[in-house]
Amino acid sequence: MAHTEWRDAPELPDFSLLKRLARDQLIFLLEQLPGKKDLFIDADLMSPLDRIANVTILKQHEVDKLYKVELKPIVSSSDQLCFLIRPRIQTVKWISDLVNADKVAGRFRRYKIIFTPQKFYACETVLEEQGVYGDVTTDEWNFYILPLDDDILSLELPEFFRDNFLEGDQRWVTTAGSALHLLQSVYGSFSKVYGIGRCAKMVYESWRELMEEGEQRTRQPEFAKVFLVDRDVDFVTPLCSQVVYEGLVDDLFRIKCGTVELGPDVTSSDKSIKVMLNSQDKVFSEIRNEHFSNVFGFLSQKAKNLQTAYDKRRGMDIQQMKAFVSDELKGLKQEHRLLSLHIGASESMMKKKTKQDFQELLKTEHSLLEGFEIRECITYIEEHINRQVSMIDSLRLLCLLSITENGLLSKDYRSLKAQYLQSYGIKHLLTFANLRQLGLLEEQQAGETLTVMESKVGKLVNDKTVGKLTDAFSSLAKKSNFRALSKRLALVPKSGEEYDLRVPRDMAYVFSGAYIPLSCKLIEQVLERDGWTGLEEVTRMLNGQEFAVTGGSSSSEARNKTDAQRIVLVMFLGGCTFSEISALRFLGKERGCRFVVVTTAITNSARLLEALLDNHA
Amino acid sequence: MTRAKPEDDEYWNSSKFKAFTFDDEDDEFSQLKESKRAVNSILVDDDDEDEEDVERVSWSGEPVGSISWSVKETASSIRSGSEQSFPKIDTTPSLSKQGSGYSLSSLFKGNLHDLSPEETVRRMQKGRAFSLEKFCSLQDKLLLLDEAVAVYDGNVITAVLIFLKKSLSKEILFRELMARDVALRHYVHYLKEMGEQKLVVELLKALGRTEDMALMHYKEHLNIKDESRRRDFLKSCLSLPFSQDDATHVQDHYTLLERQIIIEASDKKAVAEIFKKFPRKASILNMPIITTLYYSCFYHYGESEGTFSSPSNIRKTFRISEKQYILTALGARAKLKSWFDVDSLFNTKNWLGYTKKRSPIGFHRVVDILHKNSAPVQVLQEYVNLIDDPDLKLSGALKYKCHDIVINTYRDLKDRQQLIVYREKLERDSPEYRKIQELLNNVQIRWKN
Repeated sequence: MAHTEWRDAPELPDFSLLKRLARDQLIFLLEQLPGKKDLFIDADLMSPLDRIANVTILKQHEVDKLYKVELKPIVSSSDQLCFLIRPRIQTVKWISDLVNADKVAGRFRRYKIIFTPQKFYACETVLEEQGVYGDVTTDEWNFYILPLDDDILSLELPEFFRDNFLEGDQRWVTTAGSALHLLQSVYGSFSKVYGIGRCAKMVYESWRELMEEGEQRTRQPEFAKVFLVDRDVDFVTPLCSQVVYEGLVDDLFRIKCGTVELGPDVTSSDKSIKVMLNSQDKVFSEIRNEHFSNVFGFLSQKAKNLQTAYDKRRGMDIQQMKAFVSDELKGLKQEHRLLSLHIGASESMMKKKTKQDFQELLKTEHSLLEGFEIRECITYIEEHINRQVSMIDSLRLLCLLSITENGLLSKDYRSLKAQYLQSYGIKHLLTFANLRQLGLLEEQQAGETLTVMESKVGKLVNDKTVGKLTDAFSSLAKKSNFRALSKRLALVPKSGEEYDLRVPRDMAYVFSGAYIPLSCKLIEQVLERDGWTGLEEVTRMLNGQEFAVTGGSSSSEARNKTDAQRIVLVMFLGGCTFSEISALRFLGKERGCRFVVVTTAITNSARLLEALLDNHA
Repeated sequence: MTRAKPEDDEYWNSSKFKAFTFDDEDDEFSQLKESKRAVNSILVDDDDEDEEDVERVSWSGEPVGSISWSVKETASSIRSGSEQSFPKIDTTPSLSKQGSGYSLSSLFKGNLHDLSPEETVRRMQKGRAFSLEKFCSLQDKLLLLDEAVAVYDGNVITAVLIFLKKSLSKEILFRELMARDVALRHYVHYLKEMGEQKLVVELLKALGRTEDMALMHYKEHLNIKDESRRRDFLKSCLSLPFSQDDATHVQDHYTLLERQIIIEASDKKAVAEIFKKFPRKASILNMPIITTLYYSCFYHYGESEGTFSSPSNIRKTFRISEKQYILTALGARAKLKSWFDVDSLFNTKNWLGYTKKRSPIGFHRVVDILHKNSAPVQVLQEYVNLIDDPDLKLSGALKYKCHDIVINTYRDLKDRQQLIVYREKLERDSPEYRKIQELLNNVQIRWKN
């Protein structure tokens, strides 16, 4: 069932180098504060930090105690406090308060803030305003990229999505540019860059600036091409239920920084187990990209094979037994353990998914993607809301409905919104405002009214403002055009055709054969055409902002010869799902190339929508 | 952003080894332990559980020594350790230290006077020393802002905005931001993060973005914990320029909390039987409308419409659809196993006076809900029978073991084979079993198979 690897699939570069660089820099920074010190770490930095350093290393550099940043008063007797944090105003305010409290108490300590991946002026202003600038020294730990797996690199910045797309704050643009610059300086330059989206363009520009400043290295590139894509180019894909094993595990158990915590119901013991999920796990690496329906069969076959392998040792003599133990037993036990965990996880998935009427949910999603029986879908969503089941799922279905239908009819929008607020709380008014601003959940505007209003307003105000207003109106009228795009790019296979999920024929398998992820289809098309030529209509429907640039440094004779020419870096700005990664892996196998995904964070429908909730202070 | 300083290079060369040796040792150590473990395990059975040692290799289940593990350790030691009392106040002045080379103080008193906006922004991007002091004229300030926007650097855009905030009057800054959308959004976000909501409200108002302003103001209620103050705040929101739709919702929000406060006050000390039998698990304050309706159907069913806590009052006040009402009441009454109430929810009389069951939600959903509340088979059977769709009806009957319905359906379908299959699942000589037997022996039926 595991796909046969492309015969000469190119070797991926060794990304563990990035971890070493990050670790060395951290050690250097810790040494800047000699002597014993307590270290306070931002909660969301703990897992990433765990992946590149361990306590022993920290202790070696005189870190005494470790604390999690909780924005509460601290208990520490150390004379030196070091804070390893994301550059957030709230955290810096908390630190300023600590320093001021110490001052009041007449307590003298040294303080150091290490911002990662970079510092912001806004944070330093807080230090200045709170009167602690100078008492606190600051530094930057340029830990831009965490390799989560052989082919997944993460910036571990989930807030990128909300900050950039909802708030319109471009603070992370240079961060993404710097991450690319880092990859380039370690692994060589790229010959071609493609991209689509406003943010993608800015990131490219920011990166180009860095390129122009830095000295050009003339080394053999390890990547051929880079593709930058904004999350808001394709919202449909991350809103769909994931049915590929790794995606489903993420939807159900939430994979955090490449690790998942499986509860007692899965481990069939009384404790939870944290499991690393990556290509090192031999069982997982064979099922991660598979459609869920194939996984059970595969696992039970594996279990049978395992039994046979164990059975081999019956009737062995001492010599054979010795060989068996040293050569095979460890591997078998390892496999045994992995197998029982994944079987446990699958079982628990089955249970949860039948309980939630998962089939019905999937059916509704597929109908929406296909544009089929929309009335029935609306009724289903309405009942989902009425029954007060999962607040996020209800929202997800509403958004899918809106994007696929280019907005909801006024009557439906109002009624569904009212029912949603009744079921989940009126404060979600704020959530609806956010979703509307992002174009995720909208009321259809009558096209005519818009133009009339525009021209009326136009007469009243001066030219400059008209430009602004027109922009505002056109963003209001910004359509997702999903149906037209889907037709143009053949994203939804004709219904009624049999789709054998065991032998996927295209990337649609990641959604049970019902839909090819738009993001991945775009990547496929652009790589095939070596640019956007012929896709003009598509880019117009996606609101433009596409680009394709050829790098100056590519040596033309080396082209198409080295492995590097067949490695494509895809950077998702605003997050990427495991389903998309699986689809790209599939595409890579089909085309004899390999994709390396760089993402600001791993996302899924729940994370995406939770980032847009405004239901708490 | 920052460039490598010369001392960096020195460091990279010198410290590389130190960082790695330790880990390698660690690996060898665990390898050793592992082989030992492997040898030891020859004697044990196939399904024995290995201890942590093997786990340590491939499971990062927070191995001892991991960062998260260690943080937890510190946390627990704090809890068990002695609480520190408030620190003593000392009056000796703390030592001041000098800022780093590119300190923010240089924002206002730098010595790099003659740089153009472009050069200044460039220096800010690099984290080098810069001065904003000479940007005095409005034109210069705006050139600086526009330059920051032109290089897409959000960090620098915000830094310039902070400078403008301090050196321009609100009115002028707001006016200039009106035509600069990117800068405006950075400014709003910065103010929100600084907790300056009032200023954001003022800004949005000045820009004529009244709906956004109203929502921003409304959002403040989330920060108010005390319910009476929250209610009063919501009341003050009623006059805000919301869109027509949202105005209704905010009105509902206020009414809801007002009612909840009344209901809560009286139910907290309620002595009715139902409260003793099913003690309240939580307060009703700040719950959604539907939860409130459910609560009311649970504790206040049958009260007259005149009381705020009655289901009919809540239904009417918040314009709850019939479908939604039935679903919620059904859930609450089924939970209490009041099958009589359940029946009356669906009973309608036609003009001849016959009672007939009618439902705005599919009866298969009704059955689902009844089943989840462990309704007895007789109750389930009645509702399964009401399912319109024959397929849903059959699957419901099979799922909930309503034998009569299954048998009658197969009989109507003239499906002899299915009947035979079903017979095998039944207890021999049970009434259902005999019923199938009779049907199968009936020569009048023209079976399709």
